[in-house]
Amino acid sequence: MKSNTLTIIKKEFARFFGDRQMLFTAVLLPGLLIYIMYSLMGSGMRKMATEGANEQVTLCVENLPVSVAPIVDGIPAVKVSQQTVSQEDIDKLQDKALDVVLVRFPESFDEMVATYDPQSGTAAPNVEIYYNSANNASSRVYHMLEGALSAYEDQLSNRFDINRADSVEAQFDMANQDDVLGNILSKLIPMLILMMLFSGVMAIAPSAIAGEKERGTIATLLVTPLKRNELALGKVVSLSGIALLSGISSFIGIALSLPRMIQADAEGVELGLNYTFSDYIVILITILASVLIMASAISLLSAIAKDVKSAGTMIMPFMLVVMICGLMPMFQNSTPENLAVYLIPFYNSIQVMTATFAHEMKWMPVIITLVANVVYTGIAVWGLTRMFNSEKIMFSK
Amino acid sequence: MNEILRVEGLSKTFQLSRKQQKIERTERKQIVAVDELSFTANKGEIFGLLGPNGAGKTTTLRMLATLIVPQKGDAFIDGCSIVSQPEQVRAKIGFLTSELKLEDFFTPNYLFDFFSQLHGVDEATMKERKERMFNRFGINKFAEVKVANLSTGMKQKLSLVISLVHDPEVIIFDEPTNGLDVLTARTVTDYLQELRAEGKTIILSTHIFSLVEKLCDRVGVIIDGRMTACGTLDEVRGGMTMEDRFFEMYKEVKGGEE
Repeated sequence: MKSNTLTIIKKEFARFFGDRQMLFTAVLLPGLLIYIMYSLMGSGMRKMATEGANEQVTLCVENLPVSVAPIVDGIPAVKVSQQTVSQEDIDKLQDKALDVVLVRFPESFDEMVATYDPQSGTAAPNVEIYYNSANNASSRVYHMLEGALSAYEDQLSNRFDINRADSVEAQFDMANQDDVLGNILSKLIPMLILMMLFSGVMAIAPSAIAGEKERGTIATLLVTPLKRNELALGKVVSLSGIALLSGISSFIGIALSLPRMIQADAEGVELGLNYTFSDYIVILITILASVLIMASAISLLSAIAKDVKSAGTMIMPFMLVVMICGLMPMFQNSTPENLAVYLIPFYNSIQVMTATFAHEMKWMPVIITLVANVVYTGIAVWGLTRMFNSEKIMFSK
Repeated sequence: MNEILRVEGLSKTFQLSRKQQKIERTERKQIVAVDELSFTANKGEIFGLLGPNGAGKTTTLRMLATLIVPQKGDAFIDGCSIVSQPEQVRAKIGFLTSELKLEDFFTPNYLFDFFSQLHGVDEATMKERKERMFNRFGINKFAEVKVANLSTGMKQKLSLVISLVHDPEVIIFDEPTNGLDVLTARTVTDYLQELRAEGKTIILSTHIFSLVEKLCDRVGVIIDGRMTACGTLDEVRGGMTMEDRFFEMYKEVKGGEE
């Protein structure tokens, strides 16, 4: 009798793989979209970071003090012009008529700095720097100048240092590269994976169940000796399989585009992701378990719905819940210790994936998650069987 | 006479939703579709359930096909109960109504194989049967054309063929000629007679008097979910035409009410 389930699975696959459009939208498109989107985002961020780096900016300085002159000269891609900074110039800068940075030092800045007593209560000498933060070059020059001047100020009153790098090897942040990247990944990727899997199931399950109901083709199946539980199992397994393909495609899209995105964020960071074989196995198992439960839950909803359209409507609130589960890791510092929470579907997959990406994977939560999800899937298949048996659900118009 | 179908006190009521109550303009919460229906059918005959729309014919046939479960009573097809042995019943029957559709995406060839597998038909028998049936109904020319691209008549013929992939002993046919073009309707009625000649039992429902007179050996008249008359065609007709006899019975049951 198991062969009937197999026949159903084969039919669903034949249906899916025979339909180029479906294949494209459910399997190829998610991965492709993610890759293109992330790559574009990555290159956009990189472009923003590098833009204006070589653009020549005129730095108009009034009363340039002798002590500061070498600092100003050290800023790359700047043409220094010593002149009076008038209100007219500032207005022009505001109207974007000028592409410059205006600096106004008080007269005899050096003496004022030398004689200034911070205890006196009078205002310290003030340097005015006018710039346009919307302009990358102007903004860059401002930040470099501001940084250089702050450093100069620190140097004047240097009493102690924090984390002074006396040698190149000096390292104070004890998180290694893996941890940093792992931390970013652990908060971002599980949600992405879950959402991708969800959209994969969503693309196919409603049409495979509610659609068959709507088109009257499921009744034709129901008058064969096929048992209802065989049909339910066949549907859930085949839908999971297809959704998994969709998930894998998304995963490849993420894997290929992630380096480009992270590179854009922190130029020069090497992608030293040292995940072990068991880490990968855990991720794969968790994905599998999530897909099973997702496919069975969405199948259940699709079976209740009277057509594809209302199935879509019914799935929306469910999707929100899954999304909220996916956002959880953003608001927590470590994965929960209480093993009971790993009984909560979706939340458990997210937590296990988060822990694994953060190099904190423990086996007990993984096992609980896996067992819980398989049990829930079993319950859902049983529920789906009941629905296929229910004349009210299958035949009511 | 060899009894193959025995229906014993089959009853089915449907709950009416608020909306349906409004449409029907009634206060009743439920509607009795089939009321203590009993009849038998013998092997190798065509048994017709005759009645107006809404009399409960389709509901009865759906119960026999195990798609819906009766509230009371039972029916036995070749000794198998529709209530306790639905899978065995489904293996013995071929059920056909215009509500059973085939997936547009697949070809007749694929669907025949698929349903044969679900019915557990072995490979050799399946091949032989497919060739014979496809030739008989002219589907062979369209065997690799997706259902979506078939003409309505061809789809109906294919549905008939698909419902018989397992060569069932009992064929349950809801309104066999409804919605068929004249040519297809003729093909179907001819085929039903052929099936009877092969010794198959056919249970059909209809509201067309001429169809009953042309095809049926025995007939049961259903009005308001109850069996009003049941017997051989001649017994039920009592010397009148089926149509005249039916309206006589209808008046008796309904009395003065419209």
